[in-house]
Amino acid sequence: MTHPLHRTYRYGGQQEFCLCFGEDAASRRVLIVPPLFDEMNRTRRMLVEMMRLLATRGIRTVLADLPGCNESSADITAQTLDDWQQALRIVSADMGITHIVSLRGGALIDHVADVPVVRLAPVKGSSLLKTMLRTRLIADKEAGKSSTAEDLLAHAQSGPLELSGYKLSADMRTSLEKATPDAMTHVHEMSLAEINGTPLWLRAEPQDDPAMSAAFAAYIADWSATCAG
Amino acid sequence: MTDSLPDKVRSILSDILGLSAEQVAAMDNDTELFGALPELDSMAVAGLLTEMEDRLDIMIDDDDVDGDLFATFGSLVAFARAKVDG
Repeated sequence: MTHPLHRTYRYGGQQEFCLCFGEDAASRRVLIVPPLFDEMNRTRRMLVEMMRLLATRGIRTVLADLPGCNESSADITAQTLDDWQQALRIVSADMGITHIVSLRGGALIDHVADVPVVRLAPVKGSSLLKTMLRTRLIADKEAGKSSTAEDLLAHAQSGPLELSGYKLSADMRTSLEKATPDAMTHVHEMSLAEINGTPLWLRAEPQDDPAMSAAFAAYIADWSATCAG
Repeated sequence: MTDSLPDKVRSILSDILGLSAEQVAAMDNDTELFGALPELDSMAVAGLLTEMEDRLDIMIDDDDVDGDLFATFGSLVAFARAKVDG
């Protein structure tokens, strides 16, 4: 019952992978929209453990690979936030999603279905971009290349720029610069304190946190029971 | 009036570096950071700067940032204070 299920969806002519836990027939089917880019890598283990625990409570969870990320063979330089939101719209329809949980930059692409949404630590796209640019500048400095954010952006111009291991097109950078979490009805913002959590997405190294996974799962189970899906 | 700035900096260090509450509570002005804390590498610095901007409502120019800034807890708090008062 708590085994991972491997499902797929189609976007842009490609088959993309979804990690699911729980029964297909579960009455609550929750889409997890994780943080973006390197923050996603740092939180994945905590989220997957949370999904496993939700399955034991009879709740289906879905974590989709965004085109160009994880196992996806799509070209990441061809993606913008709109593509990712559109991809999640398809996942949401295919999987009959009844609730959405988004974290950090996930809140920039979580407007994909008319269902209740809970957000943890939503962030503006411009903050994410700034941190990734800083990380790149520091790495360049260590490698003996001195540059400024302006130099990097001017040099990349309309081409892709590699930030935190992700090649971001100019369109993706522009979409990030402008993106703010959508003001929607049915959105509830939860706090880290409510799940005794720490901001794992900020850590220099990926870590897990079984206690946070458990508290997060309990929170989602309670929250999803109180709002009609 | 209590000075909350050092505690805000402690909580940012704790969140970014995954340090325990006891470890950050024990920090004083002379506590060495960069080079003394294995968790504080150059990659963590980028996250620290952005969190300091968000939580202290300041703007940090990357040109202002050098190794001395993260030398000790005291130098980091002094930098933050100059920006907050600035």
